[in-house]
Amino acid sequence: MAFDKQEAKSVLLGPLFNNNPIALQVLGICSALAVTVKLETAFVMSLALTAVVAFSNLLISLIRKHIPSSIRIIVQMTIIASLVILVDQILKAYAYDISKQLAVFVGLIITNCIVMGRAEAYAMKNGPFMSFLDGIGNGLGYSILLIVVAFFRELFGSGKLWGQTIFQTVSDGGWYQTNGLLLLPASSFFIIGLLIWALRTWKTDQVEEKD
Amino acid sequence: MSSKESPTKTIIVALLLSLVCSVVVSTAAIKLKPLQQKNQALDKKRNILVAAGMMEEKSSADIEALFNQVESKFVDLASGEFVEEPVGFDQRAFAKNADTNLVLTAEQDLGGIGKRSQIANVYIVKNNGQLDSIILPIHGKGLFSTLYGFIALDKDLKTVKGLKYYEHGETPGLGAEVENPSWLAKWPGKQVLDANGEPVLALVKTVADDNNEVDALSGATWTTNGVEGMIHFWLGDNGFGPFLDKVRAEGL
Repeated sequence: MAFDKQEAKSVLLGPLFNNNPIALQVLGICSALAVTVKLETAFVMSLALTAVVAFSNLLISLIRKHIPSSIRIIVQMTIIASLVILVDQILKAYAYDISKQLAVFVGLIITNCIVMGRAEAYAMKNGPFMSFLDGIGNGLGYSILLIVVAFFRELFGSGKLWGQTIFQTVSDGGWYQTNGLLLLPASSFFIIGLLIWALRTWKTDQVEEKD
Repeated sequence: MSSKESPTKTIIVALLLSLVCSVVVSTAAIKLKPLQQKNQALDKKRNILVAAGMMEEKSSADIEALFNQVESKFVDLASGEFVEEPVGFDQRAFAKNADTNLVLTAEQDLGGIGKRSQIANVYIVKNNGQLDSIILPIHGKGLFSTLYGFIALDKDLKTVKGLKYYEHGETPGLGAEVENPSWLAKWPGKQVLDANGEPVLALVKTVADDNNEVDALSGATWTTNGVEGMIHFWLGDNGFGPFLDKVRAEGL
């Protein structure tokens, strides 16, 4: 397959803003709510998901010509599940604290629609290299949203960034009254909603037509 | 239909894929096990130190160095005597094995655990040769899960020095608040046992008696009952009661 630089660029960078998996397709919301209380967990989760999407896309694309269509979803799930277990085991071995905080959500990457969606929509039809790029791109699209949400939640929810105190909170004898709502998962809905609004104001072609 | 859709091909692909994936997953699990176990052991030590108030939850202090001050001992719960470490001791496995457990009657079983190991691993902190605190492992049923934790008692063996849960599956935001440091901070200084060594601690809605009442977790009645039950069980006659009586009477 001829390598098309233009296409590679759009595959890699498109999902960041133009076709963001969370903001435009509204996929993978569950983990975006759960792990964004702190930047650190959001970052590790992003890394884990990006790795899983990229490699599941790569592997599925490599064997796409041999996957019988009657069992293709199961084949995809098996590959994704194996990769997720791998990531989970590695986190438990090398980043135990964080893996405890992420708890079940690493395992739940298996059910993250972004991974499955990219495998089915892209990797089954395209070459390995492009599929890998597509995985990285979508992983980054997920990451950027997660990190922005976590930034606001950690900064205004606990007055910290990456565990470092930015605003001295009242309970620590400072001046900043923390916003308790931002510590609750539901607050991510508001932040993601506002981000989608901002994104669609900027890129008006993403606005859906009125019914 | 192409040949890849044939039943034979489908089965071959499925078998090969399962084989490759299972080899990859099990290799990773086995290769990484030692590291994971090391992490778990370290995490347990950290929890013991946090329960005893010897280190902050998030501190990066040297756990191994701090843990050198802690003595690990094994106690026969029925007699309260120290015993040698049983071969391959694992309290959870011992609780399941008919040779090493004690089946509890419904009346005894305040923690909802059914049976307990005959031996328990306790941790003792000494200061200049004098008893400073004793850290006891406790567990009991909450709403959805069994909660595992450590309770540290001060040298009078009646006052809580600290409490820490390290494993549970309670509802996040409700029962899982047993992990919340600001709730756990209410515990130190509470009298769990009265002058006769009977458990008196209660978790209540409105704290009237600051001495032996702790604010219950709102929205988590079952978890709260579980916490109260397991503390009454483990510090009572069928738990560490005989051991605590013995230490109180004879010292270590």
